[in-house]
Amino acid sequence: MNDMTHKGLDLATQTAKISASGVQVHYGTNHALKDVDVTILDRTVTAFIGPSGCGKSTFLRCLNRMNDTVASCRVSGQILLEGEDIYDRRVDPVQLRAKVGMVFQKPNPFPKSIYDNVAYGPKIHGMTRNKAELDAIVEASLRKAALWNEVKDRLDATGTGLSGGQQQRLCIARAIATSPEVLLMDEPCSALDPIATAQVEELIDELRHQYSVVIVTHSMQQAARVSQKTAFFHLGNLVEFGETGAIFTNPKDTRTEAYITGRIG
Amino acid sequence: MSVFLLLVVIAVLSVAGFVLCRQRALKSVDGNIRRLHSLPGYYGWFGFILASIPALLALALWLIIQPLVIERQLSSFFPAEMIEDPSARTLLFADVRRVAAGLDTAVAQGAMSEDQAERVRTEFGSVRDRLAAVGVALGAEVTPAVLAAAQEYREMARVGVIGRSILTLILSVAGLVFAIRATGPDFRARNRVEQVVLALLILSSTIAILTTVGIVLSMLSESLRFFTMYPAADFFFNLTWSPNFRGNSELGLIPLLWGTLYISLISMLVSVPIGLFAAIYLAEYASNRVRSVVKPLIEVIAGIPTVVFGLFALVTVGPLLRDYFAQPFGLGNSGSSVMTAGIVIGILNIPFISSLADDIINAVPQSMRDGSLGLGATKSETIKKVVLPAALPGIMGAVLMAASRAIGETMIVTMGAGAAARLDLNPFEAMTTITVKIVSQLTGDTEFNSPETLVAFALGMSLFVITLGLNILALWIVRKYREQYE
Ligand SMILES: Nc1ncnc2c1ncn2[C@@H]1O[C@H](COP(=O)(O)OP(=O)(O)O)[C@@H](O)[C@H]1O
Ligand SMILES: [Mg+2]
Repeated sequence: MNDMTHKGLDLATQTAKISASGVQVHYGTNHALKDVDVTILDRTVTAFIGPSGCGKSTFLRCLNRMNDTVASCRVSGQILLEGEDIYDRRVDPVQLRAKVGMVFQKPNPFPKSIYDNVAYGPKIHGMTRNKAELDAIVEASLRKAALWNEVKDRLDATGTGLSGGQQQRLCIARAIATSPEVLLMDEPCSALDPIATAQVEELIDELRHQYSVVIVTHSMQQAARVSQKTAFFHLGNLVEFGETGAIFTNPKDTRTEAYITGRIG
Repeated sequence: MSVFLLLVVIAVLSVAGFVLCRQRALKSVDGNIRRLHSLPGYYGWFGFILASIPALLALALWLIIQPLVIERQLSSFFPAEMIEDPSARTLLFADVRRVAAGLDTAVAQGAMSEDQAERVRTEFGSVRDRLAAVGVALGAEVTPAVLAAAQEYREMARVGVIGRSILTLILSVAGLVFAIRATGPDFRARNRVEQVVLALLILSSTIAILTTVGIVLSMLSESLRFFTMYPAADFFFNLTWSPNFRGNSELGLIPLLWGTLYISLISMLVSVPIGLFAAIYLAEYASNRVRSVVKPLIEVIAGIPTVVFGLFALVTVGPLLRDYFAQPFGLGNSGSSVMTAGIVIGILNIPFISSLADDIINAVPQSMRDGSLGLGATKSETIKKVVLPAALPGIMGAVLMAASRAIGETMIVTMGAGAAARLDLNPFEAMTTITVKIVSQLTGDTEFNSPETLVAFALGMSLFVITLGLNILALWIVRKYREQYE
């Protein structure tokens, strides 16, 4: 199922996009993430797995500094995006988030039209000079999100009126529209039915050709299906990180083995 | 038995009903609650309800109907022409009741025996003087017909009291007995009690609706009377308001409507931006500590009586505006002005808008903000482009409700804007509003039979239609908004 050669991409040739080292996160007195080192490769899907509350979302949100919006949250350690420390004081988190897009667990389209949902990012960042360019971005993003054919006749309809799976793909299109380099997805399929899930998974596999994708998932099958690298978290620790095939067939740590065989979770 | 005593007896019977039914239910299953259909308390409440509610309803009905019946019966004491006119009839029966009450007092004080009270005749001397001796003052000498009617009234009232007591007590005891007999392990007391509670809820909402309908109907009938005396076209389109109690009044709605709308507009210009910005700050930026202090402080304004705001308008805002704006710019030298009242009403409405808008902004899901922030929008962009548009329908609703409050405000206008009806654009001139004129047309010693007083009802009706329209619009918008997140 996770046959690398079949997908025609060699992990060895990919350069590092994000490298995190010694990341610690505290929520008040709660030590939520302990000394995490992870390297996220370009044009690769990296999956974060682990039981609930082990810190997957927390780590994901460190990568685009969404944790800045949580008052009690303190992050230490180093996270480099293409060699640049994203927690450096010169970095504007707002600009960073345009480069590191995010898709959330529950589809959260704005109560605006489908067009305006996708055009939101480009408008804010002044990415286009005229309506024609904006139209082009909207169309390209919707196409990449495999939604164009379903909505091209009703771009003015409100985004909240779409089905759950369509909403989530709309949110992906919205994130793609700002031309991010990395796409973070926090359990993007957990609110979707199996068919919508399959569509989104297929989409993630497509996106890998252009972006570096990080996906948090509860489902090990999903991690196995879509990712090339997998990180297993447990109680705030990064237990094991490696190629997905290796993690699932030949786990080095007993905790990883226990989790993927369903003994802890 | 007096009504109070009856109520006490019913209360005692009801409590007895609670205790007895509960005990009987427990006893019927030998204390094993699990075999009862409902918890024992429900059986108790069932007994309580059956002993009280039917009796109370009967009592209330009796109290309403008895005076009507008595009045009908007493009509035969008077010649038909005396009671043809409804207002004359009302006065006459008020006399009868007063004399009857006077006789009661006389008996109670021992100035007359019960027997004397029943047989006293005007022929044997002035009843008025005799009643005055016991402290009951009557306006005019008592006519034989009124006296006879009053005596009949007392007799009927006495019978009424007895009938009333018997009926309510029988109902109460019957309810109690019925409840006790019904009680048993299989009896569904819980469902019955819940039915009664449901009926109470329905009754309450019906009362609220019926009151509104009653208010509208009474206003409507008086307004229609007004329009038979004064042409509707003149009322709605005449540009002058100059009531004159000697006749020849000009009662045009337009100047008052203009004043009302002008003052409301200014008040909205003050309250909407300030209230909204305060709400945005509180909901999006303020830390919990600041919020917990500032929000109650703002809401304190809502607790200040409007007459105090009126004083503020009268002694502070009015003179300030006159001395620093109106006079230097040659815009007039009136302390009372549209501006004064508008600003003060605006201040009054700030907490109203800010607290509603705060709730509405907080109701926008956090996921909307996350979505926007995650795309690289700043906090302020997120508020402007996502949070406010999502909250806009709700905020519109709040604004419209504030507008109808501003339109209905009276005290501040009276003290801040004066009472001169005027059609003018200059906001530093004194003008007045519909509400103020309603009050001023009705104060004073006048009867409701001239167009000058009845116009108040037409004004009230117009005001009612305007605010009702605004409120319906607001409700409609708020409802539409609710649908978006469900
Ligand atoms: N906003 C927050 N404030 C305080 N504690 C938080 C917050 N978010 C997460 N946590 C805590 O951090 C730990 C990791 O949570 P999270 O990263 O959401 O786990 P996961 O996504 O793996 O289920 C948990 O113990 C959780 O209680
Ligand atoms: Mg999570």
